[in-house]
Amino acid sequence: MALVIQRKPLSWLEKTYLPQILGGLKITLKHLFAPKVTLQYPEERPVIPENYRGVPTLVKDPNGREKCVSCQLCEFVCPPKAIRIWPGEIPENTETSHVEKAPDDFEIDMLRCIYCGLCQEVCPEEAIFLQDTFSVTGYTRDEFKFRKEKLYELGGTLPDRHYKWDKKKEAARRGNAH
Amino acid sequence: MSNDNQPELVTVYVDDREVQVPPGTNMIEAAAKIGVEVPHYCYHPKLSVVGNCRMCMVEMGMPEKDRATGQPVLDDEGNQKIMWMPKPAIACATKAMPGIRIKTDSELTRSCQEGVMEFLLVNHPLDCPICDQAGECRLQEFATDYGRGYSRFVEEKNVKPKRTVLGPRVMLDDERCILCSRCIRFCQEVADDDVLGFVDRGSYTTLTCYPGKQLENNYSLNTVDICPVGALTSMDFRFRMRAWFLKETHSICTESSVGANTVVGSREGTIYRITPRRNDQVNDTWMADSGRERYKQVEAKNRLLHPRVDGAETADPEAAVAAASRLLQGGKGIAFVGSGRCSVEEQYLFRKLADQVGAKSRALVSRVSEGDGLLISADRNPNVRGALVTGLIDELPGRELSALATGIDSGELDTVVVYNEDLTAAGMTAEQLDKITVIYLGTHANPTSDRSQVALPTLTVFEKNGSFINQQYRLQKFFQAVPGPAGAPGDLRTLAGLLAGNGLQGHPGIDDVWEEMSEAIPAFSGLRFMKIPSGGLPLEVPSRLRDLPYAEGKTLHYEPAGGEPAAV
Repeated sequence: MALVIQRKPLSWLEKTYLPQILGGLKITLKHLFAPKVTLQYPEERPVIPENYRGVPTLVKDPNGREKCVSCQLCEFVCPPKAIRIWPGEIPENTETSHVEKAPDDFEIDMLRCIYCGLCQEVCPEEAIFLQDTFSVTGYTRDEFKFRKEKLYELGGTLPDRHYKWDKKKEAARRGNAH
Repeated sequence: MSNDNQPELVTVYVDDREVQVPPGTNMIEAAAKIGVEVPHYCYHPKLSVVGNCRMCMVEMGMPEKDRATGQPVLDDEGNQKIMWMPKPAIACATKAMPGIRIKTDSELTRSCQEGVMEFLLVNHPLDCPICDQAGECRLQEFATDYGRGYSRFVEEKNVKPKRTVLGPRVMLDDERCILCSRCIRFCQEVADDDVLGFVDRGSYTTLTCYPGKQLENNYSLNTVDICPVGALTSMDFRFRMRAWFLKETHSICTESSVGANTVVGSREGTIYRITPRRNDQVNDTWMADSGRERYKQVEAKNRLLHPRVDGAETADPEAAVAAASRLLQGGKGIAFVGSGRCSVEEQYLFRKLADQVGAKSRALVSRVSEGDGLLISADRNPNVRGALVTGLIDELPGRELSALATGIDSGELDTVVVYNEDLTAAGMTAEQLDKITVIYLGTHANPTSDRSQVALPTLTVFEKNGSFINQQYRLQKFFQAVPGPAGAPGDLRTLAGLLAGNGLQGHPGIDDVWEEMSEAIPAFSGLRFMKIPSGGLPLEVPSRLRDLPYAEGKTLHYEPAGGEPAAV
């Protein structure tokens, strides 16, 4: 059933439209003097909050050791199957040979990635982080397949709270060894 | 471990549930019979009981009896009184006795399990991200099921060697070892190669090889399988793929006529490992190391990926099959050489094809050498029995293809169809092959396929469904784990195409072949592929095959009927 709403007839003052015009001008004047909010993107960049989920990246610890040990848990958990890891062995008699395992190659297909952050959440080595990169561009599909080198370049170095593997090496050196 | 032939069973109680087991069964198995898991590390159903891990400790009680009269003591309500032991007992070394009771979930049992887990984890490294066992690790599983969930250990963990090479195929990570001694017992009791042992005391106990020796017997990789943690790792599989990605497909080992049951682990069309599958009638829980390497043939360099007609590769399998058919129709004296490596279904169709074209001789290439008395028998062909049952051959293959050679030399034979065998390796000369037309069906290129007029690619055991008949006349089936090469239409389809005589026709499935075989072969009457149980089906041995001089000697679950055969 149609419902007819009876409008209140306009008063004399309202019929002049002056209060509305003045109200509008007040808002315009306020913004004329208020600080600017528009960013001149891409020269100016927004401040990215701490918990932002940007492009997933691989990080190194402050000593420059690659943290990923290619456990492939991120590959397993990734809902759109964007991650692919080729595990490899770290040869003996190198600086990090006690870690034993590192990725030969690592690939994230950014056209598949849905920025869910599950890889970061599942990583037992705190090696993969969704950081502040939010804009990914390219001309071909291949450009969106980020390989290990690119991922480390994007990730850089993040502070480490544990130094798990350094502690292990130190323990072996100190002679908990048999 | 139950045995249906044994009439007298004893009644035991697991968590107040009644279980009937044969006397002598240990309580882990008794509990497993009703689906109750008693966690354990050192106990293995096929090895002796040592009881050193203490993980299977449970609360145990016996019905109370009056010492003087032997009468059961009843409580006030008339129920049997149970004497609960003040201390826990290990379930693996507790044999089933009438009325014995265990509690697997009581407060005492729980606290025991929690304590044992805590001790085991004291010196265990935080290696899971780089450990190959992760995902199928008993320590991981029981830590979540029975552990306390957090560590109270504030001291430093022990450091032990991480990359000890025990043998050509096995590597040891000592830090992960929980000293269950399964590998030591396996080497002593099953492999009969007592090379492993513990040295040093206390927290520093280390698994090691006897000085100057290596863990290099052909069963060494079974120690990796039975290792409940990631201490023993296979050098072949090490760091290549995580266990949770692997799709598991039931298969049969083609190493010999033992037909060990296996599981093929593959991911996205690539095989990463082969592990044994328990079958108490065939291979228990073991398999030979050599059989685990078989998956490498799938991606071997000499793999036949496309059909070849007159030496030139063609992309059209249909045309190649048609070319082979023309050669068969034109042949005047045709010989068929089958393979003991083919499945029963293929051997049947191959025989049918031989009958259809009126083959003058049918033979099988023999692969008899020495057996090892355990899981490699003297006959290295997995399916000679299949060729006998399907009628491809009437007697055991001779050591050489002499009939074929004389037939070629006399000019009686002008065409030979070879199924997955190399005739030059079987004693024929290249000159003999050059004299005749060769049609080759096979997985890999070899001197015979190089001399063939038509070579049709076929599939390996990992790329198709099928069945073998092992030395015990046990019919066992295997399944496709990975897709075959694009140029190979599949064995059954190729053979059906040859039978039709004018190229590939439709997609005959394994069920169609079985429908036909169950009619044609008395031993298979009423059988279908899907009806073969996963543990295999013992066949009634046809009387004409009962007294053949089979080559196999004694192996794990096989006794030759007529005593040990003469040495080869």
